[in-house]
Amino acid sequence: MVEKKEYKEWPPYAPGTYVRESDIRDKNITYTWWEPEVQYSWSLGPAMSKFLKGLKAGKIFGIHCKRCKRIIVPPRMFCEYCYGPTEEWVELPDTGIIETFSISYLDPDARRIEEPILVGVVDLDGTPPHHGFMHYFGEMTKDEIKIGMKVKAVWKPENEREGSITDIKYFKPLKGGGE
Amino acid sequence: MKEVAVIGAGMTLFRRHLLETGKELSFLATKMAMEDVGLEKDDIDMVVMGSAPDAFDGIHMKGENLIDGSAAVGKPYVRVFNGGGTGVFAPIAGWWHVASGVADICLVVCEEKMGNCYPHPQTAFRHIWDPILDRPLTPNLVWLFAMEMNRYMTVHNIKKEDIALVSVKNKRNAVGHPCAQLADPNITVEDVLNSEIMAWPVNRLDVSPPSDGASALIFCNKDIVHKFTDDPIYVAGTGWSIDSTMWTNRDLYFPRYVAQAAKMAYKMAKIENPRKEIDFAEPYDPFSYKELHHLEGLLLCKKGEAPILTREGVTQRDGDLPVCPSGGLLGVGNPIAATMGQKVCELYWQLKGVAGKRQIPGDPRIGVAQAWGDIMQMGTVILLRRG
Repeated sequence: MVEKKEYKEWPPYAPGTYVRESDIRDKNITYTWWEPEVQYSWSLGPAMSKFLKGLKAGKIFGIHCKRCKRIIVPPRMFCEYCYGPTEEWVELPDTGIIETFSISYLDPDARRIEEPILVGVVDLDGTPPHHGFMHYFGEMTKDEIKIGMKVKAVWKPENEREGSITDIKYFKPLKGGGE
Repeated sequence: MKEVAVIGAGMTLFRRHLLETGKELSFLATKMAMEDVGLEKDDIDMVVMGSAPDAFDGIHMKGENLIDGSAAVGKPYVRVFNGGGTGVFAPIAGWWHVASGVADICLVVCEEKMGNCYPHPQTAFRHIWDPILDRPLTPNLVWLFAMEMNRYMTVHNIKKEDIALVSVKNKRNAVGHPCAQLADPNITVEDVLNSEIMAWPVNRLDVSPPSDGASALIFCNKDIVHKFTDDPIYVAGTGWSIDSTMWTNRDLYFPRYVAQAAKMAYKMAKIENPRKEIDFAEPYDPFSYKELHHLEGLLLCKKGEAPILTREGVTQRDGDLPVCPSGGLLGVGNPIAATMGQKVCELYWQLKGVAGKRQIPGDPRIGVAQAWGDIMQMGTVILLRRG
């Protein structure tokens, strides 16, 4: 039975025991440890298989949703908005604008890195506004990068491509060329 | 649909590491909520558990692991989770258990132990990214927020100084909270702007910390609420909505899924002008800009207007629209699902007038809480009001 208690202010107390990182390191508390070992393999499905084969060939493929009248990239076999099937593959230019970006000093485990990574979303040309994918930016400094900047893909040499998003090394500033 | 009252709330200390296990934290938070009402375990008909990714605790299907600590043994029990949205979605699930008439009394427990995960809880977030297109780029979760914050700032021409004001307000508000992890009575905008850059435009003091903690709420059918209190607090409305996983095919400057959830909740609560009719708000603030982004998503101001309200002091505890009077995630801590404590428990305590040093002046009648989760997709909204 938990008895009703009258407190004037809530929460009336803060149950729980604070443990410092040093208490764990110095084994002042008892604990147990586990390191999982597991691997995964994902089959990519029809849409992504076509897209990644395209990247290996140096091409970016989108797909058409005729009901929504939009070219979708990254491509999928159905449109999540109208829920109809997509059809007709379209080869897109490897240029676009920077939709948004970050200058990251964190690695995937939140460890600090000296040279920042320039990363963001590329809004690809030939698609409706705000349609693209995440990638790195290069050949520009952290002071030069800005939203709206025109960019172009820098591809790995053909013999190094393996059918991955990293077959594009990064996107660089697109200068001149009347684009 | 039955009318649903909130009759009890509890929460634990929030810290980077707590000694207690997840089950024990669930027990401590639940016990505090039971003390509020004087309930026994047998009085509770059904239990909802909210807990976000399994990967933090390191226990797959941790909902099952947490049953014993959640007063759920021998009862109908369900775990719900949608990442950061869970802290408001779990109480929504508690509400629908009672609103549907299947339970008269439903306990909601939210638990998270992020400190279990090494080398850093962000390591667990490596596994939420799309394995085909995103993971080969070795992303860090903070990138997402940095990219969304930059888009929001650029579209509305917002300065980082104005966003830093949110961290300052919430860490100061948290000073009155006994569970708070990062309360700071003296923090300034300069401190935030001069703190380490993690992923520009996000600095360290723009970010809430990873935490261990738990919280609990008890919902009951209006028909029996007189047994427990003369001054009931009711659920006035609930809403939830989710957007596409294809986050690179959306303009991130506005969280339209939050607006969809808010409209659903306001319609249920018969609120036509949220800015005028709602007395205070607890929007989800895992990052400083998110409070502003979510105030706009909640339709409490125009798009791009939230930084102006903040600068003018409107969102201070004694302002016209107090926002995160609890101290929020930035000040009290961010044990993902257990932030129900600063969001929905706080609405309850503020409306009861028992929030102590955190109490909003002027007899608030109705408040809104909101959370946000998955990959910038999920909006969850709840409104509580005085009877």
